[in-house]
Amino acid sequence: METTYREALRQALDDAMTADSAITLLGEEVGRYGGAYGVTKGLLEKFGKERVIDAPISEAGIVGAAVGAAMTGLRPVAELMYVDFIGLAMDQVANQAAKIRYMFGGQIGVPMVLRAPCGTGRSGGAQHSQSLEAWILHMPGLRLAMPGTVSDAYHLLRAALRLPDPVVFIEHKALYVRKGELDTQRMDAPWGRAIMRRGGRDATIVAYSRMVHRALEAAEALAADGISAEVIDLRTLNPLDMETVSASVARTGRALVASEGHLTGGAAAEIAAQIQEACFDWLEEPILRLAAEDVPVPVSPALEAASVPTAESIARTVRRMVHR
Amino acid sequence: MKTARRGATGSARRAPAAKARGGIGHNAAALSDADRLGLFKSMARIREFEDQVHRSYLEGLVHGTTHLCQGQEAVSVGAAKPLREDDFVSYTYRGHGHCLARGMEMENAFAELFGRSTGVCQGLGGSMHLQDIERGLIGSFGIVGAGMPVAVGAGLTAQLNGRGQVSMSFFGDGACNIGAFHESLNIAQVWKLPVLFVCENNLYGEFTRINHTTPFEDLVQRAAGYAMNAVAVDGNDVEAVYAAVEPAVARAREGGGPTFIECKTYRHRGHSRTDPAKYRPQEELDAWLKRDPLILYRARLKELKLLTDREADQISADARAAAQAAAQRAAAAPWPDKDQDFMAKVYV
Ligand SMILES: Cc1ncc(C[n+]2csc(CCOP(=O)(O)OP(=O)(O)O)c2C)c(N)n1
Ligand SMILES: [Mg+2]
Repeated sequence: METTYREALRQALDDAMTADSAITLLGEEVGRYGGAYGVTKGLLEKFGKERVIDAPISEAGIVGAAVGAAMTGLRPVAELMYVDFIGLAMDQVANQAAKIRYMFGGQIGVPMVLRAPCGTGRSGGAQHSQSLEAWILHMPGLRLAMPGTVSDAYHLLRAALRLPDPVVFIEHKALYVRKGELDTQRMDAPWGRAIMRRGGRDATIVAYSRMVHRALEAAEALAADGISAEVIDLRTLNPLDMETVSASVARTGRALVASEGHLTGGAAAEIAAQIQEACFDWLEEPILRLAAEDVPVPVSPALEAASVPTAESIARTVRRMVHR
Repeated sequence: MKTARRGATGSARRAPAAKARGGIGHNAAALSDADRLGLFKSMARIREFEDQVHRSYLEGLVHGTTHLCQGQEAVSVGAAKPLREDDFVSYTYRGHGHCLARGMEMENAFAELFGRSTGVCQGLGGSMHLQDIERGLIGSFGIVGAGMPVAVGAGLTAQLNGRGQVSMSFFGDGACNIGAFHESLNIAQVWKLPVLFVCENNLYGEFTRINHTTPFEDLVQRAAGYAMNAVAVDGNDVEAVYAAVEPAVARAREGGGPTFIECKTYRHRGHSRTDPAKYRPQEELDAWLKRDPLILYRARLKELKLLTDREADQISADARAAAQAAAQRAAAAPWPDKDQDFMAKVYV
């Protein structure tokens, strides 16, 4: 069935809530309005205000309440309107949710999902356009999913809602309207596994979230030049499936990691380091990263667009790697 | 002058909860006829600016979202009136009015909304992030409540400078539920900082009415938990706002500490962009539209024989023409140069 990323997420919540009565949604505008980006539309009407809860503008309170509810038997899904607002809730995310299982000797987990949209493309400016997955990736105890496709939007969210640990689930604003195939009975690959989205011989492009599409576009352009690029979609960053990534890089001998987060200390840096550790003997070229410029996201459209990797910049970089 | 003084304080007394906890202590300094005309012109200028932003948005000139403040002009104008040039003002993404009330040039404001290099922030900030340090406009914060601790910090600077400066923080009703709000009030009170917390209670945070998120609608009550001097005023009556804020500013300048001022108001338009605001009851909207701050003040100035309808219309028409011309010039301004500007402002 063809549907949108937004609708796939909504469907996942709907199906999961039908299957598991412990699943409860909380966040600003998630109920009557249906979510800042419309993902929770109709769920209040279907599941009632006990399970779809409109919250005051209190991110620390919302996420903290999700932590406490998760510890005591509910399975909350908290929504942030923008991942940029995670700063207000970061103590609950990083000091509470991430640590509670380990710190208390493994007695109890925090089975919650924190959903938030990320990304540029709407001239949202410095405080509404970021990709902050590196903050989460850095923190042991947090699972991290970043779906790039319609099918993954559904299946990764369903999978996250069965896990025993806290999951930060980052959606991309630009993908909400994207269309794709969804078979609710068939997941592309299990939770925690990366997927090869396009096969190739000359170089591996590792990507996630929106960058998967830019990488695929780049691969298409490269093919016209006779360069065969493989595209790996990570799907989850924790777990990080280095097995799939390494197998690819071992074959192609070249790796480029594309990310919309900032370059310095970013997710791409971690992935590149792990590729280097696993694949050093197979590498023909240094591993390269393409990521957001180390600047706050500017609002002026041309500057904003230039601040993150594009299909063109990915293709250009791969071309350079292959022809050197 | 005597009449003027009665006018200013009289309208504060008419406001619904003007004698809220703490009281203010003394009457506001009198407004001259010229002051009053200035207040009207300033509100008309903001109204016409915002209406033009809306038109420009529909033409695709505004990049990103935009939050308009039509209906709330009396708050930014009335509260800014007692401020000095060296005071600090902070505000939110709904901050065009506060900037214009302090004299920001329309053209540079439009240029910022249009992402142009001549914008007040060189096209890096956009509609949600206007700043003009020369005018004490220390910034519009896109994160709800984030401006409040910052305003407290500016209050600390003001206190240590010892020159009688104050820091004025504008924020919405929704911000009263954010942790930073509570920490800010408490710190400002225990450190006796010269901070004016101006709450623009427009009854809605995005698409949700206050009664769904907050246990009471009279947000002035929040101040009681911090033993803070507080007052509530009719935020659509520009002189009432002035009359409430002026003594609070004077008190802060003299070392008397912070004041919380709740201004009861309403936004005429939706939360942002083209939000049609269907979630608001028609009767509520109609009642507030009748209490449009510009209509109210026009009537008051007519009563005082300071303005005729014709003159008032002319003021609005002039402001509209100025806004149109400014927007046109801004739309013709150059884009920021990608290579030159890109990294330039992250550090010095
Ligand atoms: C911390 C944070 N949470 C959520 C948002 C999204 N948001 C932007 S404006 C707004 C409503 C704020 O309401 P209020 O404080 O009453 O101000 P108003 O918009 O009415 O001027 C929300 C929830 C945000 N910008 N920052
Ligand atoms: Mg409000």
